[in-house]
Amino acid sequence: MKTISKKEYSRLVKKHSQNSPVFTDTLKAFVVGGIICTIGQAFRNFYFSKGLDTNLTGTATCISLILIASILTALNIFDKIAKFAGAGTLVPITGFANAVVSPCMEFKTEGLVLGTASRMFVVAGPVIAYGTISSIIAGLIYYFLGA
Amino acid sequence: MKNINSTLIFENKPSIASFGAVVGKKEGEGPLGKYFDLCENDAYLGKKSWEQAESGFLGESMDIALKKASLSKDNIDFVLSGDLMNQCTSSGYAARGLERPFFGLYGACSTMAESLLLGSVLLDGGGGDYILCATGSHFCSAEKQFRTPLEYGGQRTPTSQWTVTGSGAAVLSRKECPIKIDCATVGRVVDWGIKDANNMGGAMAPAFVDTLNRHFKATNRPLDYYDLILSGDLGHTGKSIANELFHKQKMDISRYFEDCGVLIFDKETQDTHSGGSGCGCSASVLCGYILPEMLKGKYRRILFAATGALMSPTLTMQSETIPSISHAISITIE
Repeated sequence: MKTISKKEYSRLVKKHSQNSPVFTDTLKAFVVGGIICTIGQAFRNFYFSKGLDTNLTGTATCISLILIASILTALNIFDKIAKFAGAGTLVPITGFANAVVSPCMEFKTEGLVLGTASRMFVVAGPVIAYGTISSIIAGLIYYFLGA
Repeated sequence: MKNINSTLIFENKPSIASFGAVVGKKEGEGPLGKYFDLCENDAYLGKKSWEQAESGFLGESMDIALKKASLSKDNIDFVLSGDLMNQCTSSGYAARGLERPFFGLYGACSTMAESLLLGSVLLDGGGGDYILCATGSHFCSAEKQFRTPLEYGGQRTPTSQWTVTGSGAAVLSRKECPIKIDCATVGRVVDWGIKDANNMGGAMAPAFVDTLNRHFKATNRPLDYYDLILSGDLGHTGKSIANELFHKQKMDISRYFEDCGVLIFDKETQDTHSGGSGCGCSASVLCGYILPEMLKGKYRRILFAATGALMSPTLTMQSETIPSISHAISITIE
């Protein structure tokens, strides 16, 4: 066959490949992400009104959002919201909860030890690993410069 | 059997004696839903896991094909089956109940063409009377193995394809039957540098074009020899790329060109993006829709060229490009 270079072919493929609708995706992510943050703020105000201090309200709010996202994942609802919202559900802590619960459900057929427990962090693992490393780096910078 | 530049001409012309297709709920709701032998609403098929269900779909299609040919499993000389699972387990487990000599095949989504091709070679060489060829795939097990967990909240790109839950099986025979396989072109692995695992149509289109070029050159047949050139699952993206690649060669096959991945789902209403994929896609469309339509007289000569992306998540993560393959089978009715 008449050969075309890999570069030319890559251009041809790009021409025929539909792009993701970036503008509407961003808009949806903004709206849904905003709603999730507003719900988070409502939890925060509620816990604050019940007498928890600033640190504890933050923790309690995170726990509440994680709980809701986990239950919605288990009920097969979260992925439908996420399909619409994209980064709107991925970026807040809800995305992290879903990333842990979904492999737990998926791999339960391989047993509680080698399935659920060992595969639990298959998606969220990198976030935990690099999150920990960057928090150590940020802590060191804060320690040496902030003091 | 003659070999003309990797196109095998079968002197005894093996027949396709019977065929059967079983699909899942989404495929049953698609444009071809009414043509399949069986549409299963339970994606688990009453089994414990997606992998076991995939094997169950394969077993059901094999049973239907055997029943339609009035054969028992003991009549089968060889079983040639493939799927998408690691170690070809769905096929192995489906063949477990058959207790017949078995070859497990892997050609990704091109496997149905591979099994028909090798089955024809076996029959043409006098290797038996009946050969059972089958392939199957399952959306959920494929997502689990190749992508992310099913309940993971993510978005799919417009070029991504939806793995078909389903299976197709055909019985090849040395006995006289209307539908025959007269020749087949063996695909070679082609890689034009596509890395995006969510654009398999783009990765596979060059393999399809390469095989067709070699097929027409070896057979000396004109482009309009076939009523239908059926690619496996290039999807909407790959189909339009293949059309342009032919156009660049001053060849126009668009009038006779269909794609199983495009046919099986309704893009607008079923949210399947670029179309269906998986080796259950071309198998179920061929065995559930195309071959019965041949018997009804809609098509007289078809070229079935299933395409497969020979990738794995590991190699994709290693930033490797995606090699692809396409085997072409010429199916005629007399």
